[in-house]
Amino acid sequence: MNEAILRTRALSRHFGGLAAVSDVSLACEMGQVHAVIGPNGAGKSTLINVLSGDLPASAGQVLFDGRDITRLAAERISQLGIARSYQKTNLFLPFTAFENCRLAAQSRLSSSMHFVRPALGREDINAAAQRSLAQAGLAGRGDVIVCALSHGEQRQVEIAMALATRPRVLLLDEPLAGMGAEESSRIVELLRELARDHAILLVEHDMDAVFAVANTLTVMVNGRVLESGSPAQIRASRAVQEAYLGVDGA
Amino acid sequence: MSRSNTLAIAAVVILIALALLPFVAEKFTVQFATRILIMAIFAMSLNLLVGHAGLVSLGHAAYFGIAGYCLALSSPQYQAANFWTSLPLAMIAAGALALAIGALVLRTSGIYFIMATLAFAQMLHSLLHDTGIAGGSDGIFIYARPDIGFFGWRAFDLEKFGDFYFVVLALFVVVFGFIGVLRASLFGRVIAGIRVNEPRMRSLGFATFRYKLVCFVLAGMLAGLAGYLAAVQFGVVNPDMLGWHFSGAVLMMVILGGMGTLAGPVIGATAMLLLEIGFQSLPAVDGINPGKHWQLPMGIAIVLVALYLPNGLTGLLRRGRADE
Repeated sequence: MNEAILRTRALSRHFGGLAAVSDVSLACEMGQVHAVIGPNGAGKSTLINVLSGDLPASAGQVLFDGRDITRLAAERISQLGIARSYQKTNLFLPFTAFENCRLAAQSRLSSSMHFVRPALGREDINAAAQRSLAQAGLAGRGDVIVCALSHGEQRQVEIAMALATRPRVLLLDEPLAGMGAEESSRIVELLRELARDHAILLVEHDMDAVFAVANTLTVMVNGRVLESGSPAQIRASRAVQEAYLGVDGA
Repeated sequence: MSRSNTLAIAAVVILIALALLPFVAEKFTVQFATRILIMAIFAMSLNLLVGHAGLVSLGHAAYFGIAGYCLALSSPQYQAANFWTSLPLAMIAAGALALAIGALVLRTSGIYFIMATLAFAQMLHSLLHDTGIAGGSDGIFIYARPDIGFFGWRAFDLEKFGDFYFVVLALFVVVFGFIGVLRASLFGRVIAGIRVNEPRMRSLGFATFRYKLVCFVLAGMLAGLAGYLAAVQFGVVNPDMLGWHFSGAVLMMVILGGMGTLAGPVIGATAMLLLEIGFQSLPAVDGINPGKHWQLPMGIAIVLVALYLPNGLTGLLRRGRADE
């Protein structure tokens, strides 16, 4: 467990009196998919929001490569190589799918303070954007304005944008929600591929997909970690079955 | 013929017409056209904030006015300032002011941003209006227009209305071209992204504050260019140049023409000044003088545009096209 690239220590996030995330410790390793599951309101999205810097932590620590990044702003965390996708589609709706990914790729330049040369003249950035679109299964859809894409395709743009920032860690918040069966299996395949050279933290309700890709599972209930372990351990856990999987009929 | 070709040809035709204007028009018309071009530069600078970065500033006249004051204060009395040093100085002063104010107001957003920009501009207005540091409420006269001679080469004389027109036209073309290029640049794409979804830009790793600040400073400097030229044209600066009436008027030009478009602020400035002069010259009938109350029909015209042309006058030209 030493090579965990992203690790939390007793991480908590309170909203007034509500402990949305409470005392959560977990680790993501390169080459692994760590899935976080749990019923709605368990604090999974809040956990991702704290990890990505979108929300400040109330207590505890986030460590990236051994370095404390708990207090860093979202843009700094992104620049370290931690990318995220959003549960509720969060895109540049008036822009094309390509431009969404191109902006994501452009974020990796050391500076965008260039006022004259056309952005589209940067072939390296264009190529990175096209590559990530193709990876997410959107080759040929780049010229479509994002708000004209189907819901499932917008979800794919989310993933493509995360990839275009060349991350080492991917925080994916329900990437499969709203996707058709075909895209879903395509993305599961992509996650398997990406897991080879990324660390992936996956929040997902689709249990078939979760058990198909996850190396480690953490079950959250009411902001707390109920159980953590391998898929087999989680499947066998009585507490988990009572609290969560049983309800789902799994 | 493609749309961009049509636009390019239209631009060239308009430019040729503008270049020929002083040879065919009277002094009044040329001076009026000069005024439109200066206001168009000012409106383009505000559009950089409002239309491109999504930052609605209600204090943009501060940068316009401060550059005018900078010229007035740096001119030797009864003598001409040097154009080549006084213009950069005025623009740098406007940019420095924008840097200082922007560093504070850009920490707010939405309605608070509007209020903060307004508050700073009004503070400056009061400072110039109520103290004697720069002529008080009367302002300062500029008795001689800047000398634009370049190492003894005197092709233009700003005291001549035609020459001044050409200098303003040239600067207008430069600003128009610069903003056109800027929109498509890496920087332009970043501020467009900030306008549409700033939190997402941050989560993609863009330090948005610094891009907004640079945009604010650029807009301030270009407003300073317009303010400098206005001071040269009218030969006087006064605190109303920084007032919120004026900030509101230029915001109206941007909205009237079409926010976030290249030609919108130019069309807006032209339309507003033409409407103004049109309504002012309405003939008196039966002792009622509508020209005196030109602001009434002007208000109605603006309300009509707001109601029926949500994308401004440029929306007429590009019905149904998404602005990307």
